[in-house]
Amino acid sequence: MIVDIGIIAVKAFLVLFMVLNLAGVLGWIERKGSALIQDRIGANRASVFGFAGMGLVNTLLADPLKFLSKEDFVPPYGDRFLHTLAPCMALFPALVTFAVIPFGDVLVIGDRVINLQVANLNIGILYIFAMASLSVYGIVIGAWASNNKFSLLGGVRGSAQMISYEVALGLSVIGVLLVYGTLEPQQIARSQGNLIGDLLPESASFLKRFIGWLPAWGVFLQPLGFLLFFTAAVAETKRIPFDTPEGESEIVAGYHVEYSGGKFLMFFAGEFAEIVTAAGLMTTLFFGGWQVPYLMRDGFHFPWGVTWLLPHLAVVLLQVGSFTFKVLFCCWLQILLRWTVPRFRYDQVMRLGWKMLLPLALANVMVTAIVIFAAQ
Amino acid sequence: MMSLALFYILAGLLVVAALTVVLQRNVVYCAMALIAALFLIALLFLTLHAPLIGVLQVLIYAGAIMVLFLFVIMLLSPSAMEQRRGWWSLGGVAALLLGATLIALMAGREPPEGPVPAIELFGSPEMVGKSLFTDFILPFEIVSVLLLVAIIGAVVLAKRGP
Repeated sequence: MIVDIGIIAVKAFLVLFMVLNLAGVLGWIERKGSALIQDRIGANRASVFGFAGMGLVNTLLADPLKFLSKEDFVPPYGDRFLHTLAPCMALFPALVTFAVIPFGDVLVIGDRVINLQVANLNIGILYIFAMASLSVYGIVIGAWASNNKFSLLGGVRGSAQMISYEVALGLSVIGVLLVYGTLEPQQIARSQGNLIGDLLPESASFLKRFIGWLPAWGVFLQPLGFLLFFTAAVAETKRIPFDTPEGESEIVAGYHVEYSGGKFLMFFAGEFAEIVTAAGLMTTLFFGGWQVPYLMRDGFHFPWGVTWLLPHLAVVLLQVGSFTFKVLFCCWLQILLRWTVPRFRYDQVMRLGWKMLLPLALANVMVTAIVIFAAQ
Repeated sequence: MMSLALFYILAGLLVVAALTVVLQRNVVYCAMALIAALFLIALLFLTLHAPLIGVLQVLIYAGAIMVLFLFVIMLLSPSAMEQRRGWWSLGGVAALLLGATLIALMAGREPPEGPVPAIELFGSPEMVGKSLFTDFILPFEIVSVLLLVAIIGAVVLAKRGP
């Protein structure tokens, strides 16, 4: 009993620790990455004992220290209580969502089997959407409590945008749920260990030879679903090209224009934690989660007949490493997008969401359902 | 014992949140308290081993409907933020009547001896989906027509213009 609670606590702490730290590192990656893309040097000013370390020290140490030592300013006609509550409500959903994302298969120590996932819910995907739907409140309340017209505009834009893209986000996942037939993230990740060749019927021998060796990852089975999910997820994290709630050239900084110091840091960290969570979701739903292609529980089984057995611990480490690598890849994809595409106009954002993503997602669900029905 | 303590903590917080919704004069605070109340009800569902209903509660009420409430509240002028008081007597009488009815209903019943164990898949997404599409297919379809009517109505109203 005590050991079980201890294991859950350790897993929860590890996941929280990784997400928060990755959010910090992403702040650095964003600056250095943007510098790389725009042919600049980027953050390189702060140094500890003469060691600049490409600015990593700058972002990880100097930034939080500076944020936390700044004055916490509340607008005189704003609402002090809600102004303080809003950053917490922005950070909370991004941090708790990762609880149902599996970061590995099972770890066996003695006769104890540890599921490498903080909480194994049979409705995991719904839990993720429930938490994601709460992330609107941070910006709405923050915008209202600031008592600033620019803030309010940002808040109204943000809430409308996030509600709109939640619909497309939810529908784009339905295809994946249909293919794997479950709402459990761990089960979805396990199903992606199969090869496409195992799923195809015997009659499709040409297809079997052609793409049968591919792992049955979501991105291969639901390519349109992945594109829709990626677009909607970027819109949900409110980043360029979808950062109309912030829009610094139009409404200064939108919902967090009246925020400074530690509270601004929470909004800032919340945004990067959302990127990490979105990356974790993309990995689990579309890139096979913790799966390494052809790696089974006892080692590699290649489709051309070669087997390479590995000890259990090596397999677990490979799986966790694979998950981390894929999450980093998806994070980098989102950051790359930010520095490549300019901001959409607000009406363009709405048109893309309702008139393109939503019908495409519905069509994807229809076609997937028909194909699965025909294949049965 | 543990679950009973959890119930009293959650129920106590829920009563506080519900009273805040009624007694608070600032409409935004009322909305926030209502969100908290809905979230606490979802937690109560979780303690009753009904995670699907709990999550749907958060997803639909706290995550979608209350956002629309807040959306409207934010667009109101500040003078409309203060609630008017005038219906207190009527509300009080209605609350007393409801309370009396509930107490009268519950007083006549013996509380069940022990909690009744639910069957394995009860309340799971599979079972809910199956009963929705077999036993309750007609109400389900009627609800979808109702929603379609509401959507068309909204489009007509929005297209009318000044």
